[in-house]
Amino acid sequence: MLSGLLDGIFSGISIGSVLLLAALGLAIVFGLMGVINMAHGELMMLGAYTTFMVQNVFKSFGGAWFELYIFFALIAAFVVTALFGLVLERGVIRYLYGRPLETLLATWGVSLILQQFVRSVSWVLVIGIVLFCLLFFGALKLLSRRPDFDRIRNWVIAIMLPLSAAIALVTGIVVGQVYKLTVTKPWFGAQNVDVTAPKWLRGGLPIGGFQLSYVRIFIMVLTIACVVAIYLFLNRSTWGLRMRSVTQNRSMSACLGIPTQKVDALTFAIGSGLAGIAGCAVSLLGSVGPNTGQNYIVDTFMVVVVGGVGKLVGSIVAALVIGTTTYLIGSGVLANLLAPIQPLADFFTFFATTSMAKVLVFALIIVFLQFRPAGLFPQKGRTVDA
Amino acid sequence: MDITATKPRFDWQKRRFLLIEGAIVLVFVLLLIFVIPQFLVSIGQAFRVNLLGRYLALAIVALGIDIIWGYTGILSLGHGLFFALGGYALAMYLQLQPNGQLPDFFSLYGVTELPAFWQPFSSLPFTIFAAVAIPTIVAAVLGYLVFRNRIRGVYFAILTQAALIVFFNLFNGQQKLINGTNGLKTDTATIFGQPAGSAAVQWSFYVLTVVLLAGAYALCRWLTSGRLGRLLIAIRDDEPRVRFTGYNPTAFKVLVFAASAGLAGVAGALYTVQSGIITPKVMDIAFSIEMVIWVAVGGRASLVGAILGTLVVNFAKSFLSEKFPEVWLFFQGALFLIVVMVLPGGLIGWLRTHGLDYSRTLLRGKQRVTTYPSLEEDPDVEYERQDLTNRKSDG
Repeated sequence: MLSGLLDGIFSGISIGSVLLLAALGLAIVFGLMGVINMAHGELMMLGAYTTFMVQNVFKSFGGAWFELYIFFALIAAFVVTALFGLVLERGVIRYLYGRPLETLLATWGVSLILQQFVRSVSWVLVIGIVLFCLLFFGALKLLSRRPDFDRIRNWVIAIMLPLSAAIALVTGIVVGQVYKLTVTKPWFGAQNVDVTAPKWLRGGLPIGGFQLSYVRIFIMVLTIACVVAIYLFLNRSTWGLRMRSVTQNRSMSACLGIPTQKVDALTFAIGSGLAGIAGCAVSLLGSVGPNTGQNYIVDTFMVVVVGGVGKLVGSIVAALVIGTTTYLIGSGVLANLLAPIQPLADFFTFFATTSMAKVLVFALIIVFLQFRPAGLFPQKGRTVDA
Repeated sequence: MDITATKPRFDWQKRRFLLIEGAIVLVFVLLLIFVIPQFLVSIGQAFRVNLLGRYLALAIVALGIDIIWGYTGILSLGHGLFFALGGYALAMYLQLQPNGQLPDFFSLYGVTELPAFWQPFSSLPFTIFAAVAIPTIVAAVLGYLVFRNRIRGVYFAILTQAALIVFFNLFNGQQKLINGTNGLKTDTATIFGQPAGSAAVQWSFYVLTVVLLAGAYALCRWLTSGRLGRLLIAIRDDEPRVRFTGYNPTAFKVLVFAASAGLAGVAGALYTVQSGIITPKVMDIAFSIEMVIWVAVGGRASLVGAILGTLVVNFAKSFLSEKFPEVWLFFQGALFLIVVMVLPGGLIGWLRTHGLDYSRTLLRGKQRVTTYPSLEEDPDVEYERQDLTNRKSDG
């Protein structure tokens, strides 16, 4: 009985730590900019695929290198997704500040594109995209030196966009015809890919009657490290200070000379990078596919909604509570515990699958929001209800 | 002070516009019923009639989304839920036809007795009532609990999405109650003694869809005109100010959210019988967000735009996924980005602001001069204008 509860709590915390890792980046971005990034799950997926590629590279090195690939994968995942996040912010999101619902739709569009991109990425596609970017943005860059650029801008775009797209398309088709499968074969395809954990992460630590797998412990440690790093960054560094001040009052910070645009870009990059790390962690738990990100978005949003905006501690508590509750209900531990009280036990047995547990947890969240509409740790101040 | 309400004078102008609008709607209804299907059959694309019927059903949801998002500023990402509730209600009725026997799939799971909540669905009047009422009630309860706490914006969007996931899990997991992932088939069932998949029945469903779409248009038109409509727009533009002027936005938001859910229920029922099956897949997150993009493409805060957008996007989808299945997701993603960044008003919005000017330019070959010619040529004014546009593009 007691060991069952202990098992439940450990597993719940380990699920909660995955949730927290995934929600951390989202919470920071949402707190600072009020932007919901629907592509967050797809950024996780990108991190997971980066892990897969790093693993393949290190597999060819063989031996001792392979045992350590996970650390390089973490760094690579962070860098790749942070760069992608930076491009996303500069290219799309900065034009949409103050319109959170539009941002939500735009990032959803990005997430759809990313899903399909992972499915059909091949050398041809990469060549086509690079060529298109070179032609289109290169032309814009060159022409922007002209003094009358503002006047002809729309014409330039209207002519160059189809032109460079056509050139890229034709080149892609020609290259595909000449080299056949070597360039047209998708890198990953629509199937899931598997990341093998290094040897020292397999197996588990026996505690009492059950095993706590090393991967789970690794993820917990990783989560703690990320939380501590973010805490130190926010509270001990100059840019962290700037980020906190922009979170509290954007216009006042701008008046005091804080470069809010740079802060936004940096925050978005860091948030995306954290998604990459989360994706790396998730890839250790099971196989990764183009739809992996979709499984996490709603859960991580719930963490942000329950935790409240602007405080890390809110996200931490919310993630752990939601993770533990879902596991305790879903695995039937709670139903077993309440066996003496028949009607309650029946009630919880009905909800004793992972998906049904989510139903109950969501109902609890709605009830919770009746008492604390702004989450566990709301921001205090007069500007909150704008 | 004594305030006597004066009856507003009968407004002939307004009445004339209404009559013209009604006539236009009637013409479109007649076109959709008598001309377009004949045309499609004559060019050998008879199956497109069925597709058109489905998309017209989807246009009813789009109308519902338009009144909450376009007019009231509430973004719901969970309308698939209400759509599914309406669809399941009608599908359950059809499963129980002709005489309330136990549907076949129950025997797979060893269920011998009809579950209690299936019983009322053997009557058609109750089913029709339920297809509208159940989504409406669910939306009203959810909306009341959320709006009461002034939860709105992205928070609301996320909560509707979570509600969608919850109902998806509920329907997906309960095989013994509602056949889980497999969903309920309607094309093999019978309605009024006729097989529901037969051409004649499908045709009557098509006509019904067109008529109900016109009805939904009229309802939305009524909701969004007059005082209520202006209040909804006020809530969209500045909700705290509406509250400070003494209105209670919660009631209006709940009302309009429930109405839009009811429309989604109707649409779900019509869509289900025309596509022949309903599964929990309609409660996919992607499908519900797609509904929003139909409205965005057509034009927010424009009822015609919602219908137009639905038809355009869906026919583009069916065309692209037939020809190049891989491209559709790229295209859809790009559509989201373009609509949000370049065309925030959608097709109709663009037509309203720029389209007329452009067409005029094309016809006359010359830009209309908006100010006095002497000002246009004045270098000082020109400099000021340049300066202003520069500043605008900087900030």
